[in-house]
Amino acid sequence: MNGVMERDYNVHGYHLDAQVSPAQLLDAVAIIDDAGFFIESITGVDWIKEDQLEVIYDFSRYDFDLCRVVIRTRVPRSKPVVPTITGMYAGANWHERETHDFFGIKFEGHPNLIPLLLPEDADFHPLLKDFKA
Amino acid sequence: MSAPITIRPDETFTLNVGPQHPATHGVLRVKMEMDGEYIVNAETVIGYIHRMHEKMGELKTYPQFLMNLSRMDYLGALGYSHGHVLLIEKAAGIEVPERAEYIRAITVELNRIASHLFWFGAFVMDLGGFSPLMYALQDREYILDMLEAITGSRLTYSYYRFGGLYNDVDDDFIDAARRFIPRMRASLKKYHRLVTGNIIFMKRLEGIAPLTPEIIRKYGATSAVARGSGINFDVRKNEPYSVYPEFDFDVPVYHECDSLARYMVRMAEMEQSLRIIEQGLDKLPGGPIMPEKKKPIKIAPGDYYQAVETARGSFGIRLVSDGGKTPYRLKLRSPTYSNMHLFDESCRGMLIMDALAFMGSLDLVIPEIDR
Repeated sequence: MNGVMERDYNVHGYHLDAQVSPAQLLDAVAIIDDAGFFIESITGVDWIKEDQLEVIYDFSRYDFDLCRVVIRTRVPRSKPVVPTITGMYAGANWHERETHDFFGIKFEGHPNLIPLLLPEDADFHPLLKDFKA
Repeated sequence: MSAPITIRPDETFTLNVGPQHPATHGVLRVKMEMDGEYIVNAETVIGYIHRMHEKMGELKTYPQFLMNLSRMDYLGALGYSHGHVLLIEKAAGIEVPERAEYIRAITVELNRIASHLFWFGAFVMDLGGFSPLMYALQDREYILDMLEAITGSRLTYSYYRFGGLYNDVDDDFIDAARRFIPRMRASLKKYHRLVTGNIIFMKRLEGIAPLTPEIIRKYGATSAVARGSGINFDVRKNEPYSVYPEFDFDVPVYHECDSLARYMVRMAEMEQSLRIIEQGLDKLPGGPIMPEKKKPIKIAPGDYYQAVETARGSFGIRLVSDGGKTPYRLKLRSPTYSNMHLFDESCRGMLIMDALAFMGSLDLVIPEIDR
């Protein structure tokens, strides 16, 4: 279900939770970029029961106008492709490579989507729930 | 100073810095394309000591994962443990006795000073001054002895528990901490006389590797890297947690954006940590260090996040719970990962020895990047 929800900061530790479709992702991140947020991290979650992979983007602010924003988008496990945000946030580069390492999520348009933390010939994705060592 | 250069691609060569190189202080490799002494392009290669802590986070129960957090950053381990216990306590609704939270703040700040001292010594050594490291390690030794007495370890502390602490502090610890404060203040003066203002030292840092606030933001850099570029950001102030709102301390910010500014921020931070420790010891309340009743950890399904200011910057930890005994997903946001990431873009056109001084000013701990 897409939309923006307010979260109880004292319980969850962030303020806004925006669920978007992969097609809306770049627009959502552009809003965040224009508003002067910095990038905290990008990561994934494997929702294997729903046959989906979730990509989570964390943003926060340097000023005292405290606001933590989480943007999430879901893709089918069989076709895990989302657009890269490296065009807006150069610092997304490693985060996206790492998420590709761990979940096999492809970031379309990424300049250099090769293994970052895993060995250079790694063909496995250890944080997938059906990963067997 | 880096002079403008004309790049002639046919005359460049590739230089490998690392993976085993004294200047990287760990297993880190930077592939540099060089035009003489100037860097044309750099590509940082990380992952040599990747241990997949996040997978362990999914396999281990909540208490079993406690010791992993002290094995990310071997210089400032307590800050990471602090973030972890705060997150689980928030998500599971565990109350922490006030005394425990004060002791956490005191020990985290001691650990921050120990970490900054090691950075200071190693950084000056990178620039060719060997003796400051010896003085810094002597001061750091006092802290390690204090922490060893109460935690049982010298580096990989596993001291915090969900709800409190493993062990209370005794009078010996409090006396030692009180004696340490004036000694450390005198040492900081000594360090400034010994190093800061030294003409060679200044020439290596002043105006070198300027980082604009915009590049800081695009990479999400924090710690002295951001505060040396005029960004007044410290999680302890911007997003207060634990008992930090009870303390009167300043966040040092320098606006020069260069390697020297990053050095000055960390030196000033040690003074502020001493202020926090002093106030913490004065205000330290009595009472228990663990909740009276121990409840099993039960976390409602959902998504939880906690950020803390470690010695290396903003450390974030995310928990996705499905209500089970182990986390469904545990993400560790490492501060040096973001701080190091901006190196490739920023070092272009720099002299290699300036770039290595710049790398030192980022205060890297490689296992913390690789996780």
